[in-house]
Amino acid sequence: MSKPSQSSTRSGPAAAPPTPRRRFLTQAGALVFGGIVCLVPTLSGLAVLLDPLRRRSKAGKFIRVATLDSLPDDGLPRQFPVIAEHVDAWNRSLEPIGAVYLRRNPGELRAHCLTATCPHLGCFVNYDDESNTFKCPCHNSMFQVDGEMIEPSPSPRAMDTLECKIENEEVLVRFQNFYTGKTDKVAKG
Amino acid sequence: MKALLNWLDDRTGVRDFVHEALFERIPGGARWRYVWGSTLVFAFAVQAITGISLWMCYSPSTQTAWESVYFIQNQMQGGWLLRGLHHFMAHAMVVLMALHLMQVVIDGAYRAPREVNFWLGLLLMQIVLGLSLTGYLLPWDQKGYWATRVATNLLSVVPVVGPQLQQLVVGGSDYGHHTLTRFFALHAGLLPGLLVFFLALHVALFRRHGICHKQPAKGPDAMFWPDQVLKDAVACLAVMIVVLVLVAQPVNLFLSEHRWPIETSHLGAELGAPADPSNQYSAARPEWYFLFLFQFLKLFEGGGEQGELLGAIVIPGLIMLSLFLLPFLGRWNLGHRFNVGLILILFAGIALLTGAALNEDYRKLWTDPSKFAQLPEIIDEVGTDDQKIAAHFQNDKAKIDKFQEDLIAFEKYKKSKDYLEAVEQAETEAQRVTILASTETRIPVSGAITLLRNDPKTQGPKLFAARCASCHTYAEPAATQGDAQPAKEPAAPNLFGFASRAWLKSFLDPKHIAGPNYFGNTSHRDGEMVGFVNETLKDWPAEEIQNAVMALSAEALLKRQANEDQKDLSRIEAGRKLIADAERCVQCHKFHDAGETGSAPDLTGYGSREWLVGMISNPRHQRFYGDNNDGMPAFAEHPGDSPENMLATHAIGLLVDWLRGEWYEPPDGDTQIEIASE
Repeated sequence: MSKPSQSSTRSGPAAAPPTPRRRFLTQAGALVFGGIVCLVPTLSGLAVLLDPLRRRSKAGKFIRVATLDSLPDDGLPRQFPVIAEHVDAWNRSLEPIGAVYLRRNPGELRAHCLTATCPHLGCFVNYDDESNTFKCPCHNSMFQVDGEMIEPSPSPRAMDTLECKIENEEVLVRFQNFYTGKTDKVAKG
Repeated sequence: MKALLNWLDDRTGVRDFVHEALFERIPGGARWRYVWGSTLVFAFAVQAITGISLWMCYSPSTQTAWESVYFIQNQMQGGWLLRGLHHFMAHAMVVLMALHLMQVVIDGAYRAPREVNFWLGLLLMQIVLGLSLTGYLLPWDQKGYWATRVATNLLSVVPVVGPQLQQLVVGGSDYGHHTLTRFFALHAGLLPGLLVFFLALHVALFRRHGICHKQPAKGPDAMFWPDQVLKDAVACLAVMIVVLVLVAQPVNLFLSEHRWPIETSHLGAELGAPADPSNQYSAARPEWYFLFLFQFLKLFEGGGEQGELLGAIVIPGLIMLSLFLLPFLGRWNLGHRFNVGLILILFAGIALLTGAALNEDYRKLWTDPSKFAQLPEIIDEVGTDDQKIAAHFQNDKAKIDKFQEDLIAFEKYKKSKDYLEAVEQAETEAQRVTILASTETRIPVSGAITLLRNDPKTQGPKLFAARCASCHTYAEPAATQGDAQPAKEPAAPNLFGFASRAWLKSFLDPKHIAGPNYFGNTSHRDGEMVGFVNETLKDWPAEEIQNAVMALSAEALLKRQANEDQKDLSRIEAGRKLIADAERCVQCHKFHDAGETGSAPDLTGYGSREWLVGMISNPRHQRFYGDNNDGMPAFAEHPGDSPENMLATHAIGLLVDWLRGEWYEPPDGDTQIEIASE
């Protein structure tokens, strides 16, 4: 082991330089084989990372949200949780998946439903009974009781309405989530 | 492009850096023997890439760890490949590390001036082994759970601070959420961080000293790039191919009955059943590269706490220390040869111990059981009494020694048999829980362990073995003929297929009713039912008996028999009339509105779930055997889930469902659940 501990690696040309062709083949081989072995773990990792793109939301079913009794026809919005069968990766369970505001105008037998999610950036919108308006606690978007925007507003659109119907003295809502921050209401797929 | 590079180089010196990294001079040219270090760096890179991807899907808690790994393995695209790569590359890393160490010692690369780098290498080895140990627990399956428990329990034998040390590592007094969070932080944070740090030092020092080249030089000097890189890349490719073959599990695929479509649970790394502290696991073993330690510890059996300390900590520690001393030993004239000898002996010892451990576990596979055929009889006769043994063999020394030898071999054979059965049982449970987790209802929030705990197919045989098998048998009647006779006479009926048509038909057969499968060994042997079958029933037309059998069996509402029950409605109706005929069964039995209880079991709903639960709960009840009950205990005499009951209602339900053959089976074919998620 007579080699000096400090070897200058940059000076001193390699003895008997190989032919350019051989050198090219060596370089190409090193790159190709090195590339292949690095690709295997990278691609398998990518496949798993991209897995969420395969998952689809299963929206579209009417969910029972409240009894008609709990929604008097006084025109005031009331907040209800939406409890539904929820699939979360390996679990499937019955749990709250969101909240809605329901409202029934005097004398009407139909309900109006607004999702509690702010269309601006997704905060939970509060109902302020003093001013009879919806107020978002995050960026101060304000909405009228029917969900229309109160200008000026950071929100690009009115509160999102949800389809709802009354059946057998119960209020059913087709619960959906929408992309926030867009002028158009687009359901998440 | 060039301008941009110039700009960057001006500010960072990137060209120098790349040049330095690539154009290392290799005296004597590139050689295959220099590839080991590079393959290790490569293996670590693979672990980092796959590990971070796994990290994004893993959830460390006792209710989600197994579940998230199950989801990666069976439900995410390419998950089995990712996990398989990570698992088997970890194995490959251990092998490569051993090769690298051997290479370094044989080539004398530990000597001056490279001592510090040698020590860094040993340190890196400890870190890698630590990564293996912590990673083994993370899936939270039975295998990892029990094996790691043994490892952490050994910590408690450390003098003075042992128990505290153990508590710190485990994150509490027992295994739980914090064991997982700690092991995960170690596995994905601290240990890889240390590894990167020491690896950087290791490589920097390696570059400072240059390669420890093999004399004499084979050819002219060459450069790291591209000559050695090519060889390194080819070596890495070979490692990757070996790992991919292991991931594809060709042996498993070949042995598997369902070869197509390949189920992801058969590919890549194994995932056992979820960890269950209440479920014995006799198949617990460390990973194969720690088996030698496991076996080494057995040498200290009977040494008590001191023995454990010696075998698990002191001696392995001293051996590790001696490795650190190699550079000093190497200064001595014959030191290098001594070191090479030491490392070879060490590896030979590891190989021997590993072999011994494997031999103990798997010896059944290469042992001929026929040579023990006579043994149980002799043991029954002579027991362990030396005098009796001597008498049996007429004091023939050679025969006695042979007997003693056989006895030991027999014990080892039985141990191996038990181990292999435990492995098989573990595999069965692992497959079962995968099936249960793949249903539409998925895994409950309480964790996959509840799937197994509520599964009649899994729990039934265990409950039966623990609570019923001391009296009852459960075996297909055909199987009990021949050499598989139960060791001792059953004291109560064979419950295989209870209340099915076949079971009832044999029951009402004079040839069988007083046999060992029915009332043969009970007090009912001399009871009225046996008399009735032997004397009265033989005069019934066979057709009528069969109608009665069908009708009674239909009371059980067995799902397995539902099609037949549906088909034979008219015969069942005829049978019901026979049973309810005042001159026949209802003379003693009650059947719906006819007859009275008190003298014989109620035949209403005979063998149904509710009937069986009632019978097991309290056979002494008027509805069942009343005062004629022959020694069957009442397993739940008190109402509700009273603590005085021998069995909980839930357990009786599982037992009954199992006896009735009612448990979840997947529809044929695809077990993959539909991809839908919020």
